[in-house]
Amino acid sequence: MATADSNASRILRTEGLPILAVFLALVIAFMVAAPEVFLGYRIYMSFLATVPPLLVLAVALTLVIAAGEIDLSFPSVIALSGWVLAYCIHELRSPWLGLILALGSGAVVGYVNGVLVARAGIPSIIATLATQFLWGGLTTVFSQGLSYSLGDVEELFLWGVLVGRIGPFPVQALWALGVSVVLWLVLNRRRFGEHLLFIGDNARVAEVVGVNVAREKIRMFVLMGVMAAFASVLLTLENKNFFNTQGGGYLLEVMAAVFIGGTSVFGGKASVIGSVVGSFLIGMVEAGLVATGLQGFWVRAVVGVVFLAAVVGHLVIDEPERGRSLLRSIGAKLRIGRKAHS
Amino acid sequence: MKQLAKASSALDGWQHMVRLQKVDMTFGKVQALSHVDFRVGRNEIVGLLGDNGAGKSTLIKIISGVLRPTAGRIWVRDVAVDLEDYSVRMAHELRIETVHQGQSLGEKQPLWRNLFVGRQITGRFGFIDVKKEKAIAQQLLRHAIGFRGHGINADSTVRDLSGGERQGIAIARAMYFQADLIVLDEPTTALAVSEVRKVLAFVEGVKAAGHACIYIEHNLAHAHEVADRLVILDRGRVVGEFAKGEIALPELTKRMIALHEGSPDGHS
Repeated sequence: MATADSNASRILRTEGLPILAVFLALVIAFMVAAPEVFLGYRIYMSFLATVPPLLVLAVALTLVIAAGEIDLSFPSVIALSGWVLAYCIHELRSPWLGLILALGSGAVVGYVNGVLVARAGIPSIIATLATQFLWGGLTTVFSQGLSYSLGDVEELFLWGVLVGRIGPFPVQALWALGVSVVLWLVLNRRRFGEHLLFIGDNARVAEVVGVNVAREKIRMFVLMGVMAAFASVLLTLENKNFFNTQGGGYLLEVMAAVFIGGTSVFGGKASVIGSVVGSFLIGMVEAGLVATGLQGFWVRAVVGVVFLAAVVGHLVIDEPERGRSLLRSIGAKLRIGRKAHS
Repeated sequence: MKQLAKASSALDGWQHMVRLQKVDMTFGKVQALSHVDFRVGRNEIVGLLGDNGAGKSTLIKIISGVLRPTAGRIWVRDVAVDLEDYSVRMAHELRIETVHQGQSLGEKQPLWRNLFVGRQITGRFGFIDVKKEKAIAQQLLRHAIGFRGHGINADSTVRDLSGGERQGIAIARAMYFQADLIVLDEPTTALAVSEVRKVLAFVEGVKAAGHACIYIEHNLAHAHEVADRLVILDRGRVVGEFAKGEIALPELTKRMIALHEGSPDGHS
């Protein structure tokens, strides 16, 4: 009995496994509901082309949330870095310079966030909300509100390397996989990652055991900025277009992907694999719901329900005490409701 | 006492493991420490006594590199320390280990990470050698103070542990890294009586091995028993100092009560 119990808990605690089961169940449900779409390979190739920017963002944000912080400024990095890249390609005809400057601009945004949070002591939710407006606004000024169409970008070597196709297979999926593997190793096998986990767990403990909390936080925000810029490069090249609000839709989707994947909202515990699966889940829900005939505006509501269910589910698994008391209070309310009806 | 210290320091020339001179520490308007002079000989166990808020934890946090004093000077092994550079990591490099009171473990992290965080074992490319860290952690758990051997292993998280077990992990961590100075801030708080004896035996072991120890303890009898010298802090000042045998336990108790009631007659 005891061993069966510990086996069950081991399965529940294996990184990414619960969310992977949910994901597969959803795929099967969509296959049943819309077989003509979900039994062909095209839809999956389409996911592999569109999910990578979301995935890169989610995996990077996982490290930020592991450290108990948040970054709300990445949508404006997607705009800013996208503009830098588009400008360099469109006006200067030098895509590689564009790539370098785009990643550099992400690093600058991240560094400013890091200094505001770690040195000035401003809570990250406020600091990055402010910089989100700042960089987003500046991007609109720089681009004069115009969008760039990058129609001939497909001919560039850079395009082929980052978002080209091998047969039907989109290359950006490989880049996303690479980023995931590297950041999994950073979080779980590097000193830096371990320090982030301890900072998120308890910053005072981290200090006492010799972690340079301020320095590690700054490095973390720079990493987040560079990764957001990379996501922006993939997005801009895949769309062959830049527009100055192109990051807008990502904020909630990325956070949903991270929390659905099992990263703790309280910090100190994070799952890169969970965020990868969570990204595909979020990316698939939209296409899936539309394909099964639900109207598009249901998508957000369904994502909200999945998001909430996942957070509660992880709470029950990870913090049984807190989870149980939550379930008890929900149960009590339901009983009261039933009594009132009868 | 002094002669004894001199005799042993003749080996390689240093006398005090740490020495603090005129150390001040202020937090905003609160003066936590004022003009504290403090020293620990190279093979000395110093018992640090004082009421809550006397400044004991502040003092040891300065020694262990967590806090930077507002003024004063510090020597480690008779070499002046640059306070701008002094940090927990540097204290570790100087072989000063601290078991902090209360929280010094990451609750959600596995024990093996808690044992090595800040001093991870890394391979050639800077990756943490998880296998090795886990193996050593498993070894340490078998002998750790406070464990009764019920299904706790290196992968267990700290929140699965009892208070005594947590204390045991913190002490095991300090023991493993074999310090020349080990600082124990109320190490017996969460422990059962039989386990308190193990901690006291450990402190005596530190002495026998030729190392030094700062021992903070509420229980005067324990401090009186193991310390070579007792230092009493009151409201951020050193108000008394006694070598072993200079003061009997009843009189020490009387003095501490007098301090608690606010008549600082502890000057000696």
